[in-house]
Amino acid sequence: MKFLVFLEHYHGELEKGGLGVLSKAASLGEAAGVVLGPEAREVAGGAGAYGASTVYVSEDEAFASPLPQPRVDALAALVGQTSPDAVLFGASVLASDVAAGLAARLEAGLNWDLTDLVLEGDELVGKRPALGDTVLVDVGWTGAPRIALVRAGALDPVESGGSATVEDFEVGFSDFSTLATLVEQTQEESSGPSIEDADVIVAGGRGLGSPEAFSLCEQLASALGGAVGATRAVVDAGWYPYSTQVGQTGKTVSPRLYVACGISGAIQHKVGMQGSGTIVAINKDPNAPIFDFCDLGVVGDLHQVVPKLTELVRARRGDH
Amino acid sequence: MTRPLDFPPAFGPTDVMAVPTDPPDQRIEVGILIVGAGPGGLACAIRLGQLLEERPDIKERLGEVPVAVLEKGKQPGSHLLSGAVVQPRALRELFRGRLTMADIPTYGQVPGEAVYALTRRTSYRIPAPPTMRNHGNFILSVSELGRFLAQQAESLGIAVLPETPATRLLVQEGRVVGARTGDRGRGRNGERLANFEAGSDVVAGVTVLADGTQGLLSSAAIERFGLAGENPQIWALGVKEVWRVRRPLRRIIHTMGWPLRAFAGYGEFGGSFVYPMGDDLVSVGFVAGLESRDVELSVHDLLQEFKTHRLVWSILRGGERVAWGAKTITEGGFYSLPRRFNAPGLLLVGEGAGLVNVPRLKGIHYAIESGRLAAEAAFRVLERGEVPSRIGALDSYDASLRRSGLWQELYEVRNMRQAFDKGFFVGGALASAMTVTKGHAPNGRRPTHPNAAAPLVRTGRARRYPKPDGKYIFDKLSSVFASGNRTRDDQPSHLRVETRVRRPVAEAWEWMCPAHVYEVGRDLGEGMVSVHVTPSNCVQCGAITAKGGQLTPPEGGSGPEYTVT
Amino acid sequence: MRIAVCVKHVPDATVHKRIDPTSKRLDRSGEGALNPTDLNAVEEALRIKEAHGGEVVLVSLGPAKSMDSLRKALAMGADRALLVADDAVAGSDLVATTAPLARALERESPDLVLFGQASSDGDGAVLWAAVADRLRRPLVSQVASLTVETDSITGKRQTEHGYDVIRAPLPAVVAVSDAINEPRYPSLKGIMGAKSKPQETLDLAAIGIDVGLVGEAGSKTTVLELGPPPSRGDQVKIEDDGSGAEKIVEYLLERRLI
Repeated sequence: MKFLVFLEHYHGELEKGGLGVLSKAASLGEAAGVVLGPEAREVAGGAGAYGASTVYVSEDEAFASPLPQPRVDALAALVGQTSPDAVLFGASVLASDVAAGLAARLEAGLNWDLTDLVLEGDELVGKRPALGDTVLVDVGWTGAPRIALVRAGALDPVESGGSATVEDFEVGFSDFSTLATLVEQTQEESSGPSIEDADVIVAGGRGLGSPEAFSLCEQLASALGGAVGATRAVVDAGWYPYSTQVGQTGKTVSPRLYVACGISGAIQHKVGMQGSGTIVAINKDPNAPIFDFCDLGVVGDLHQVVPKLTELVRARRGDH
Repeated sequence: MTRPLDFPPAFGPTDVMAVPTDPPDQRIEVGILIVGAGPGGLACAIRLGQLLEERPDIKERLGEVPVAVLEKGKQPGSHLLSGAVVQPRALRELFRGRLTMADIPTYGQVPGEAVYALTRRTSYRIPAPPTMRNHGNFILSVSELGRFLAQQAESLGIAVLPETPATRLLVQEGRVVGARTGDRGRGRNGERLANFEAGSDVVAGVTVLADGTQGLLSSAAIERFGLAGENPQIWALGVKEVWRVRRPLRRIIHTMGWPLRAFAGYGEFGGSFVYPMGDDLVSVGFVAGLESRDVELSVHDLLQEFKTHRLVWSILRGGERVAWGAKTITEGGFYSLPRRFNAPGLLLVGEGAGLVNVPRLKGIHYAIESGRLAAEAAFRVLERGEVPSRIGALDSYDASLRRSGLWQELYEVRNMRQAFDKGFFVGGALASAMTVTKGHAPNGRRPTHPNAAAPLVRTGRARRYPKPDGKYIFDKLSSVFASGNRTRDDQPSHLRVETRVRRPVAEAWEWMCPAHVYEVGRDLGEGMVSVHVTPSNCVQCGAITAKGGQLTPPEGGSGPEYTVT
Repeated sequence: MRIAVCVKHVPDATVHKRIDPTSKRLDRSGEGALNPTDLNAVEEALRIKEAHGGEVVLVSLGPAKSMDSLRKALAMGADRALLVADDAVAGSDLVATTAPLARALERESPDLVLFGQASSDGDGAVLWAAVADRLRRPLVSQVASLTVETDSITGKRQTEHGYDVIRAPLPAVVAVSDAINEPRYPSLKGIMGAKSKPQETLDLAAIGIDVGLVGEAGSKTTVLELGPPPSRGDQVKIEDDGSGAEKIVEYLLERRLI
């Protein structure tokens, strides 16, 4: 199967999301990448290490802004020129819009929020969680190309060695694609990821005992590069802001790592985080429901375990 | 002796009364206002719709919105819960000449029935008492019935307004002039949020209160207009689950006895029901009176315990719980009925007015019947060109209630519920005597005592409750989730309770509440504790009102989202 | 200024949400409501109308009972509702959904088309980009703050790295995030007035869309099978004897999470 993978880059480096999808594509068939925008030629070669045999690039002016519609033109042209069986994207604000625009342009099938791709016989099958990650659905395509949007962070980049040929290609733009223009761009020096985007969340519940104990979660989150979450009970009590509430009446999150500190795991909380990749729970009550659905459960005093954990993580990261 | 009654909240009926405060051009004017889109309120609306259809001249006089129904739930049916086995008489009368029972969503007629007395290990089939013979009655979901009746009302041009609670009864110069709706968009401390929307004064010539068990406006109106009956009103708490089952159940079942205890001193009265709903659903519920005295009495957990009995296990085994809910049931019967069901500009309908027959386990058809009669009384006043707020103008409603079949039925069983104050066996004997003699013996009025006045005792009862496993036996928070409750967290608490109480009271509330709203908080010394309240769990069953606090409606649309209960 | 808001009636997020095992599609029977983030789009449209004058028209594709949800948006202050309801639409995927939706929008000739950013039933997250392509108009998505001028809009858009400010000439398609505003509650007057606002239901023939373009026939994706999610694998539960933190670090290292 022949794949075309959309790769994004930022500040001279290819983004992990696209590389993860590329690695998967390379393991299933023949993979080519496409990089668009300033410095595309420079970064494109790096995709070879992740399994791309060819990387198509364009540094056209139109790609200087992070806008989707010119990219739809580019991919549509490339699809016309190279006839891939499938076009893959790692989800991002930009990539999602490009994938959907491309699906409309080519009248092709788009499956999104995929957590995996496999080949069953000759057919490409996507795996997609549904209903709050309680059900896994197998999805397929009819016709070509097959367009797939993979959930952010679901696939890890795997280096397979190898190098890629970098090729320029020509794009013609539709009359409407360049109507939207970038007026201003601000990079945010954020204090950490927001809870929705975070790869790691350290959440605190009633077991913390007091609002001051949230500093334990904050420090661990900072050491892990993540965000702090809270349960309904502690938000109700005013210990932490509502914007950090995870659960049925708060936010639904699915980070790669969720550390639950002093959280009992009632279903109202569970439905907000059960899709997390790995769940580690620390609670002194051995019968807390959270121990039924976490991956690693530690029965113990979080006031001892969490600071120790923070210290060890910091030591590993070499900062102190 | 510690009694919940001794810790009243800082809230009373006068807090529910108000005069219209909106500028006159901001008030919403309707012809007839109905509070509550339950079977009672909607039957009233439907009957009015039918009558007004035939008299467009009268309809015209009622203005742009002739009839409006206010409903606090997300939609009609969201807050409706019952068994239910319904006597069809009232529905047939309501839809005479238009629909038959075949057009109404039900699960068919009762296929057969059995009554059991249970012990922990066995069940004894007993002959169905005459009050419990359901041949010819229909099984249905009152939530589904509510949705159906709302559609019927809307097709007759009635405005049904969901997510709109009535929080105040508007009374001016001794007349009821309408109701005020609740604010939306307030934060936890009452502050106005960005999307704050104030409630409105809805003014009407006639206000019909059909706000159900623990109806805030009904109870306040009864107090305000001196309408209270001879006995204080009392309640039971019912908790039910709906299960998808492997094998169809082909009869309705009622049980008494285990897990309730027979000794009078515990004040445990109640029983269970198991009803098939079609071939693949079963409703199972447990009901217990709230005068129960044990601190650890939890009807939620009694239902879980009940499910462990072989009789129930054989029905539910291999199935899946698809819904859960809880609601109080008005139990006082005949002597707790208001002494009058109307006041200037006001009509009282359904369960909020005490119209429930506990021994027969029937209330839905009384609600429908009283709703219909209320509509006819209001219509007569309009027909005569009278002012509905004139004293006595609506008295024909009372007269028609007394002439109706429901009145006689309630009279026959007027002392039956109270007999069970003597415990299961004596109560049972008394009840039999009453049944056989059609209520003539023993004679006289037996008193009731307010639920919150029952002094609390401790017996270690909680040890018997089964441990949740998340598949067959459930904990309270899972149940709240299964009710569809997604109440917004940062709104003001709608529960008026004293939060500094003696420990046994806090514990009693913690066990009593099926939704885990109340928890024993900090120790305050001298035997007192604080009460921790989580209002967003509340499924508005009303138990707290019976046991010393007061439930008021939260922001519109909050609470459970029942669909098949 | 005519603002069209694309809204969707989704099954209510109660416990009954399930996938129908025979059709393998989300069981949409039972009650529903407007997709929550669509309310942000409706709110934004109402604010624009209040500032600039004009009309807000709701456009939706779904079963006939969707009109109940549309009425709630009319109660908030929208002026008209247009629902494309046709049995043939059931089972449409993205490509098949956007064909009738884009046609209905074209019919309205709006100056601005608004979408809410996500859909609670898992069907969205990408719809607006596909519609913008079909309409051949500029797109700005993930908008957290929107300014409208006579001929153009400027949107502040959140990305993973910060904010972009994008301008586009009208007519344009804008997808708003839930951070953009707090949707208003309808007033009681609004609720009561909603019934009498124009509500149109059209089938595919009325908007000139061939049945073959929608439904399963018009879709290019398929649902093959449902299964339980991959089990979480072996669960480990330990008692902290002082080395709990170390064991956690080991565990995380094994899984390359740190």
